[in-house]
Amino acid sequence: MPRFGMVIDTLKCVGCMDCVVACQTENDVPQGYCRDWIVTETRGAFPNLTLEIRSERCNHCDNPPCVTCCPTGASHVEDFGRTVQVTANQCIGCKACLAACPYGARFVHPDGYADKCTFCLHRVKEGKDPACVSVCPTHCMAFGDLDDPKSEVSRLLASRKYHTLLPEAGTKPRVFYLT
Amino acid sequence: MEQLSRRRFLKISAATVGAGAVGSQVPVVSSLAMGSKPPAGKVETIPTYCEMCFWKCGGIAHIRDGKLWKFEGNPLDPMSKGRLCPRGTAAPGTHNDPDRISKPLIRTGERGKEEFKAVTWGEALDYVAERMKKIAAEHGPESIALWKHGTGSRFFEHVMRAYGCINKGAPSFAQCRGPRDIGYLLTYGTGLGSPEPTDIANTKCLVLIGTHLGENMHNTQVQEFAQAVANKATIIVVDPRYSVAASKAKYWLPVKPGTDMALILAWCNVLVAEGLYDKEFVAKHGHGFDKFAAAIKDSTPEWAEAETGIPAATIRATAREMAIARPAALVHPGRRVNWYGDDAQRGRATALLNALLGNWGRKGGLFIQAGMKVAGYPFPKFPEATKPKADNPDHKWPFADEEVTTGLREATITGKPYPIKGWVVYASNLNHTLPNEKETIEAINKLDLLVVVDTHPAEITGYADVVLPDTMFLERHDDFYVGWGRQGWAAIRQPVIAPPGEQKPAWWMAKELANRLGVGQYMPFKDMDEYLAARCEKSGIDYAKFRKEGVVMGPKDPITVEEGAGIAFDTPSGKVEFYSEQLAKAGFDPVPKYTAPEAAPAGFFRLVTGRAPVHTFSRTQTNLLLRDLMKENEVWVNAETAAKAGLKHGQYVKLKNQDGVVSNRVKVKATQRIRPDTLYMVYGFGHTSRLLKSAYLMGASAAQLNTRYKVDPLMGGTSIHQNFVTFEKEA
Repeated sequence: MPRFGMVIDTLKCVGCMDCVVACQTENDVPQGYCRDWIVTETRGAFPNLTLEIRSERCNHCDNPPCVTCCPTGASHVEDFGRTVQVTANQCIGCKACLAACPYGARFVHPDGYADKCTFCLHRVKEGKDPACVSVCPTHCMAFGDLDDPKSEVSRLLASRKYHTLLPEAGTKPRVFYLT
Repeated sequence: MEQLSRRRFLKISAATVGAGAVGSQVPVVSSLAMGSKPPAGKVETIPTYCEMCFWKCGGIAHIRDGKLWKFEGNPLDPMSKGRLCPRGTAAPGTHNDPDRISKPLIRTGERGKEEFKAVTWGEALDYVAERMKKIAAEHGPESIALWKHGTGSRFFEHVMRAYGCINKGAPSFAQCRGPRDIGYLLTYGTGLGSPEPTDIANTKCLVLIGTHLGENMHNTQVQEFAQAVANKATIIVVDPRYSVAASKAKYWLPVKPGTDMALILAWCNVLVAEGLYDKEFVAKHGHGFDKFAAAIKDSTPEWAEAETGIPAATIRATAREMAIARPAALVHPGRRVNWYGDDAQRGRATALLNALLGNWGRKGGLFIQAGMKVAGYPFPKFPEATKPKADNPDHKWPFADEEVTTGLREATITGKPYPIKGWVVYASNLNHTLPNEKETIEAINKLDLLVVVDTHPAEITGYADVVLPDTMFLERHDDFYVGWGRQGWAAIRQPVIAPPGEQKPAWWMAKELANRLGVGQYMPFKDMDEYLAARCEKSGIDYAKFRKEGVVMGPKDPITVEEGAGIAFDTPSGKVEFYSEQLAKAGFDPVPKYTAPEAAPAGFFRLVTGRAPVHTFSRTQTNLLLRDLMKENEVWVNAETAAKAGLKHGQYVKLKNQDGVVSNRVKVKATQRIRPDTLYMVYGFGHTSRLLKSAYLMGASAAQLNTRYKVDPLMGGTSIHQNFVTFEKEA
């Protein structure tokens, strides 16, 4: 069984937010909400500066606090790809997972359940990349099986420097940022 | 650019709590599915090319259960290569935008008051035709002018020309790429057009001077820019602001605004003085090189340092980087380059710098554009024009090869060389597009007829006598886009979904108008399907297949010397004109010269403008998807400058220019990413049209502050960076 992850090249990303829009239309994300977003981090002082632009989303952690805290089991680790998913009709909208997630990746859908990035599993099952990956004009994102050493994501992580978000939270996130 | 940060995200989540609590609907989910229901339903796909901007990428619309679901890139299309930019992806947000004009309107109140009554199409078109006939009878049809932007204007232009309306204006020339195209025309004998033939994907050294790719989402070029980054090309970015592109660069040169010319001449100076230029190319293809070399002899890096603020050593180092990489070194010619009123010469200077790098027709440089032929429709011949055009009398701007918009506006104000009494404005928000809105309103007040054809209201709409609601691009046919690039191609525009209201496609309006004006024989086809099929049949193109695939590719011709392409220059000398006799003869500098920009008055700052990746001009601020990503612009202020002025990050402030014009309030972005003497705003915001409900008074308009503009004496381009502003704090 694959273990899906995402590798995002911050050197190529221009922060255009195409990934945000593509996710919204692909997944019918309600107006005013988003499952992925852009963070721009500036360091230094004029004129000695660096910039890191990141497309962020649910990290589909190996150690997901949103799952362990869920009182109903709606938040769970899906067999397929070991991704973190929410079963909407089991969710009571208690927001424990919103509080537990250190990445602010979740919101309560107007229909009353916790919602977030699904890694577009419905697309992945059809052999496609997630919408954000396939739309990106800079080709800065790769998606695939982290346990397959021949996958693009594994090859990128083997050959490039990278970091994850809040590694100190102990969540073992599976979205990696190449630098 | 507003970031959808975690904080905002949490705020959104927090706002949801209320909604969730109030919302009584119990979620019903049929399958043991993911968070939201995965998309389901019957899906149909139709290819068509995009017009969220002017880049015209090929896309594929997905219709699910009869509704527009999403718009994706067409993998067969050479512009999108299967990936659209955020605006293209957000096309459904324009289709569904509640602020769209949905019915034909006739003005009931004073001009500018935005008071209208809804009328039928018959009433609206009769009204337009009658007024046009009256103007033609009194002054001649030349006294009705067309303003245009985008593909949809094509048949308005056609029908109006058939009626004898020879005057037109497209802001894309004098307010955008015109100065560059004239600079290249004077140097190489050809303008560059769109898309520019830049081989960014293969370049080893890319120079962006005033070009902010990545924020400026010219899709194909952004895709190639990312490739250049991945290829580890040496990237040199010249910008007073630490742009996204600058953050990817090996060298960021935070140039003093208005001094580009000094830097470009100094680069040329280094290449010549150190013998680093392409001597073979210059010897074979150059004209007047010795005179050019003599003219730039004193433009040393040390001289340029004092003007630009860029250290001489950096100027030398970057010039040498270009020389090492040449001919696979490319100085991007830029696009929207109307800045200081001497921009055609600046464009020419970048053309000469490229010539020193010998990159014309070379891999990694400027390639030779390839095209394809699609036969035209057999229209009857237009009547002969009996008057000259009104926009450029006596060739006041001798090198303008397209109509000069501000010249047309001036003719409307003065009535000279003859009166202009009617304007038909297609998708051009002239109040924002042309400099100094006051003059635009003055011109409008001289008119007997102002027709605005557009999808959305805008500032110009408020002054219209008649407003004709256009379909957005996914709802209509248009003519083919026949493109020039690495390989010629043609793309189809076809309706994928019905318009939400009474909107009609522009070709239909033009045809109806033609019938009313007595020139119906110029629109002899029943509908666009018939027209497009006829063009295909004449060209040997399978129309049914074209409709299905969206794109037809032309022949694969060589586009570089490496591939066997020949190069020739359509200049008076037949060579690349380092020294231009035609400029000298017309009384201009035959070799570009630097003029120092005006200094800012005490307490004032230079205001420069640019683009955001999620908006196009002033056209997309109400798009349901894009407005969430950026609902207002910010004024970028250097953090120290902000501290000195007592401004805090995130507070609202107004900007006042030298003429006392005060902007709408705009949020301060206090940042290290800009020079202390410069302010920056994305343009297109600060709408004052109440009809744009969700964009009304959101952010500030850079155009509104552009009252002191200079006009390029070569070609009539108008500057937009000529203004200084100071802060007006909110009470």
